[in-house]
Amino acid sequence: MHTQPNVLQVDNLNIAAKSSRGALPLVRNVNLELKPGKVLGLIGESGSGKTVTSMALMQLLDQRAMQVQGSIQLNGQELNGLAPKAMRNIRGKEIGFIMQNPMNAFTPVYTIGNQFVETIRTHTGLGKKQAVELAIASLESMNLEEPAKLMKKYPFQLSGGMLQRVMIAISMSLRPAVVIADEPTTALDVTNQLQVLKELDRLRTECGTAILLISHDLGVISQLADEVAVMRRGEIVEQAEVCDLFDRPQHEYTKKLLQARPMFSGNEALSRLVI
Amino acid sequence: MARIRTALKGKWPFAICSGILVVFFLVSILAPWIAPNDPIQVNLALKLMPPSLEYPLGTDQLGRCNLSRLLFGARVSLGFATLIFVASLGIGLVVGTLAGYRGGWIDTLLMRFCDGVMAFPNLVLVLGIVGLLGPGLWQVVVALMMVQWVYYARMIRGMVVSMKEQNFITAARISGSSNWKIIRRHLVPNVLPPIMVMGTLEMGWAIMDISALSFLGLGIQPPTPEWGAMIHEGTSFMRSNPELMLYPGLMILFVVISFNVIGESLSEQFGVKRRY
Repeated sequence: MHTQPNVLQVDNLNIAAKSSRGALPLVRNVNLELKPGKVLGLIGESGSGKTVTSMALMQLLDQRAMQVQGSIQLNGQELNGLAPKAMRNIRGKEIGFIMQNPMNAFTPVYTIGNQFVETIRTHTGLGKKQAVELAIASLESMNLEEPAKLMKKYPFQLSGGMLQRVMIAISMSLRPAVVIADEPTTALDVTNQLQVLKELDRLRTECGTAILLISHDLGVISQLADEVAVMRRGEIVEQAEVCDLFDRPQHEYTKKLLQARPMFSGNEALSRLVI
Repeated sequence: MARIRTALKGKWPFAICSGILVVFFLVSILAPWIAPNDPIQVNLALKLMPPSLEYPLGTDQLGRCNLSRLLFGARVSLGFATLIFVASLGIGLVVGTLAGYRGGWIDTLLMRFCDGVMAFPNLVLVLGIVGLLGPGLWQVVVALMMVQWVYYARMIRGMVVSMKEQNFITAARISGSSNWKIIRRHLVPNVLPPIMVMGTLEMGWAIMDISALSFLGLGIQPPTPEWGAMIHEGTSFMRSNPELMLYPGLMILFVVISFNVIGESLSEQFGVKRRY
């Protein structure tokens, strides 16, 4: 396993916002590595820099407002500072991205199929018919019923859980090496959460996709992640195997984070709820 | 029939005004075929005639058929108002999208220019431009276009700026779309519907402006029939033949009210706020 090369390797990533008072550091010295078929969980409180990090990986931060330093390597190719056009070819094709809120991640004026096919055809030389077939196959593998009918629907006609599965289907249809999932289950109810997590898990075992799972939900992380990095104030304070981290947290902040979980087992927690 | 009735429930002003506009547009297209007489045929022997079978609305001071002139006048007003609408929307769309999407100094430059144009009262600016270019219909069209695109540009810029931050634009970027594609496929289709609402209101203004400038003798030149110019010609006969002013005035009234009512009910439906 140690001989396997990293799909995604981030070294000394520093992100700062340019402001009138000089550079304002947002993320400091972040190192991450991701092997094929593995899931790296990234947890931390709101505003700890999780989303900014993921945006930097996609090179989506505005160059005029943000300063990104360090190395981001995808299969050995340096992404930081890559020409916009080359980066466009990588987005969606090499790196998939699953957004937090599926409800407004689709342009309201086009059908699901229209947007799905558009994405496929941006990156491949497929004809329209083949692209439609690929889209339907992807939707089917996401356990969505009647995919052909679904393709003709508009985003507002679907529920959040369905849209999130459609988004996963889109981001997986081109078999990217890495998928970044930025709080993929936050906007969903519990039943849909489970379904989405199942699909993600299946994808990494079947396709060998590496997943960077960003979440503040410890339950989600513990179910899916192999390794967990804890982020706080723009720095990674602890990184460990998932079992180690949950059972033997080293850093003070990690302990606090774990204790902050709502629990219904202990008497103490119950009595607090009663009051 | 019942379905149509429920669809129009509470929307009868909208329905009536759309009907009026459809009639006016049809008339302006079909004017050469439905006009009873040649609108510029002068016949001094028949001047200021009362309505008759041959001249359903009588004749003017030069013996020209009033009805025919009104019908042909609709062509000028509606046709050129539409032209102004399309042209200024086009310019506004390009400038607004560029400013909103790119931001930075381009945005500042373009928007400060718009501010500059908006700082002048519209009519004063139009009069100035027409004065510079000389009287004539095309000059009026150019002048109105140069003034009106600013409003579209500002509105579109504001919508683009807010829409740029929407999730689905980010999603489009994440899936590797180019800027041009994002603008063409994701921004413009979402910006256009509310802009069309604003456009219907602007159409009313454009018709008023064309007529006003023609009334002042700056727009269309005689003998071409145009409502504003007809009112102007009628002023000399205001006491003896007030209908010469009344007919074209009523035409302007109907068309402008129709545009405003339609714009108003559309903006209610779309939730677009009026600016003035």
